[in-house]
Amino acid sequence: MDTIQLTFDGKEVTGKKGQTILEVARDNGIDIPYLCYHPRISKTGACRICLVRVNDTALKPSCTEPAANGMKIDTEDEEIRELRRSILGMLLAEGDHNCLYCEWNGECELQRLCHRYDVPEPTGEFPKREREVDTVSSNGLRRNENRCILCGRCVKACSEIQMNSVWEFTGRGSATTLTSDMFDRIGDSSCVKCGTCVQLCPTGALSFQTVLGRGQSWELQKESSICIYCGVGCKIDFYTNKEGVLVKAMGNEQGPNEGHLCVKGRFGFDFVQSDKRLTKPLIKKNGKFEEAEWDEALGLVASKLSEIKSATGPDSIMAFSSAKCTNEENYLMQKFMRAVIGTNNVDHCARL
Amino acid sequence: MTNSIREIPISEAYLLIGTNTTENHPVIGSMLKREVIHKKKKLVVIDPRRIEMSRYADVYLQIKPGTNVAILNGLAHVILKENLHDAEYVKTRCEGFDDYRKVVEKYTPEHVASICGIEDPSLIVKAARILANAKPMALYYCMGITQFKSGVNGVKSCANFQMLLGNLGVAGGGVNPLRGQNNVQGACDMGALNAVYPAYQPVGNEDNKNKFKNAWKVAFDLSMKPGLTIVESLNAAIAGDLKALYVFGENPVMSDPNQHHVIEALEKLDFLVVQDIVMTETARYADVVLPGCAFLEKEGTVSNTERRVQLMHKVVKPWGESRDDWWILTQIANRMGVDWNYQSAEDIFEEIRTVTPSYAGITYERVEKELIQWPCPTEGHPGTQFLHKDKFSRGLGLMTAIEYTPPAEEVDPEYPVILTTGRVLEHFHTGTMSRNSRILDETVPEGYVELHPNEASNYNISDGEIVSVSTRRGSIRIKARVTERPKPNVAFIPFHFAEAAANKLTIDALDPTCKIPEFKVCACKIEKVNA
Repeated sequence: MDTIQLTFDGKEVTGKKGQTILEVARDNGIDIPYLCYHPRISKTGACRICLVRVNDTALKPSCTEPAANGMKIDTEDEEIRELRRSILGMLLAEGDHNCLYCEWNGECELQRLCHRYDVPEPTGEFPKREREVDTVSSNGLRRNENRCILCGRCVKACSEIQMNSVWEFTGRGSATTLTSDMFDRIGDSSCVKCGTCVQLCPTGALSFQTVLGRGQSWELQKESSICIYCGVGCKIDFYTNKEGVLVKAMGNEQGPNEGHLCVKGRFGFDFVQSDKRLTKPLIKKNGKFEEAEWDEALGLVASKLSEIKSATGPDSIMAFSSAKCTNEENYLMQKFMRAVIGTNNVDHCARL
Repeated sequence: MTNSIREIPISEAYLLIGTNTTENHPVIGSMLKREVIHKKKKLVVIDPRRIEMSRYADVYLQIKPGTNVAILNGLAHVILKENLHDAEYVKTRCEGFDDYRKVVEKYTPEHVASICGIEDPSLIVKAARILANAKPMALYYCMGITQFKSGVNGVKSCANFQMLLGNLGVAGGGVNPLRGQNNVQGACDMGALNAVYPAYQPVGNEDNKNKFKNAWKVAFDLSMKPGLTIVESLNAAIAGDLKALYVFGENPVMSDPNQHHVIEALEKLDFLVVQDIVMTETARYADVVLPGCAFLEKEGTVSNTERRVQLMHKVVKPWGESRDDWWILTQIANRMGVDWNYQSAEDIFEEIRTVTPSYAGITYERVEKELIQWPCPTEGHPGTQFLHKDKFSRGLGLMTAIEYTPPAEEVDPEYPVILTTGRVLEHFHTGTMSRNSRILDETVPEGYVELHPNEASNYNISDGEIVSVSTRRGSIRIKARVTERPKPNVAFIPFHFAEAAANKLTIDALDPTCKIPEFKVCACKIEKVNA
């Protein structure tokens, strides 16, 4: 592969031919801020936050500008800082960004940049127009367009990852807004609730219904697992709050899903903490289930299976193992049937 | 899958047959859509229903349920007639071609169109040319190939077709079954099947018997007699031969064909143990119900549809007194006189590696950092991205001559409509998980039968009306959804809903080789409830 050499703030780094300046920077752990860029979607080049100085002269958006051999990049100087501050200031002035009321507080990329560049509070001179707040039409997604910065990530998440093209921009200039399908509310649209737009949204403009009131983002704990539904094996980061309650599921980029999820992976986990769950072993006595201690239940199963094994033979016992259980558990079930009971009567729902 | 999910961008064309990918494997569905819509890759879709993927297809063939073998033979017929096959590949890497060719010769487009109910036979010619002229071409299938009395023949026909075109053993090609459960691949790999030990080592083989007897330190001789499959075991229960059943995270009352028959079998048992997360329809018939942990409460590995082994972590504390399934099994085994001493899932995995050659090189530490697909025989082995490279596992690829055979039950004047079953995007299998997840259950709260406007008009049924659907096995009442999705004279019912259970209706006819039930086709009648 052709490599190129360039310097970022005086530091020599290697990139690949065909990469943009931002891609080389990201690969080399060099921090350039951005808002409309996301590695999973095509380049937009709209927000102008990622401007860098190339070869001591022109300012270029690093997300779209091709990297070239011998380039000298300055990721930040006083002029760039001032530009970023003023762009962020305009984004703040145009919307209504009150972190107190925002469920994405603490995870918001806009918030983080406003802190970093010490952006002053908007003066209120900028005319604000009425924008859509829709927290009810969809049971999965919430929308507050006052927090939208029109970066277009959601539009591309839907048209390039989920491939449904539900979101689209409409209107022009300062009247540009986001809409779904033919000006439908999101809950009335063809949205399939994969949630990828929310996962990519850099602010709280799009959010999940499951998040609000379940703890502050910085209190949440993250742990990865594999989706329990179909065989794609999507890797998911699950977030729990201080009480151990599941709050949200985010697609993990390292899995076969490359960060994407469907509605089941995104929202189909609350059965784990549903009050329908069994809490204790149950033994049927006189036709009715009664709660039992583990020791009694385990002892009963072992003695009944032993009894039947000696009375009518190992082949009169069968086990249905499970495609919902782990390799370890399936292995142990077939070992149990073969090595403890003494039969090959074990199967699972592969055919169902 | 013989190949990998990350090879989707390498393929130049796709044949989707019997897979409603955007609803049942949505993440792969989106990846396929991206290639077809953005990169103009070729797509042929074969399915009895106008599923979403059919909208993006260059050719969509709406076949009658149960006619997969005929359509695949028909496509092969055109390819051979026009000499579009990979003759060199067939000659050097396959056997059985002459017999295959002889059978396929009879399957002219006109003949196939009449079997499959396709109006325009030239569509078969067009599809065959598209699939033969793009390389590599990947074939994807799902339960719409397998859940038939002729399921094994359907799978073999897919393999025949890809061998004919030289698309097996190459990146971006392959025969790619999309597995429907998150660890159905792993459960098979681990030998949770009636005739094989882990890694598909047959139980009827003396060497295998001795190998496992020694590895497991068993005092008696392990049985060499293949056991019962699920549906066979239910028949054995009714016959009085099966006395005890241990059901572990399954819900046969909902998931198996002919529900009435399943319940009769469960009631006949002397002892039924069900280990699950909620009180399932099956657990109600149990003598003992054991609360197992749900997936987010446990650690362990699962193997996805592309043979990739991944690690699940503990995310939340176990609910109530629910326990790890491996702990429960160990406790019962030890009470029956053995001495199992596993302290963690990883302890068990380390034992799996010693008896499962395809998993021998896989460790917890490796799967945390690396993408590993079995076979992975040693710790230095990178795993296997696609199978049958240079040479098939059995040496030469076996092409099998296969004739189309009709389904077990065909329509007649009494039961004039074909019934087929499946899943919807928002729900999963018997609903134990998805119907207990609020957002999913709210989105699709009830079952329905998809009826073509022809049927709606024949039986004077309007959209949203409650109708009766009956077969020789049973009858349910269910809401009608009138839509042009199904082929005329085909009704579709998702099987997730206990209150309108599709499996009260389905037939328990089995494939003679692999014993898969024919969920995808039987004969039914539709009746208006309020005349």
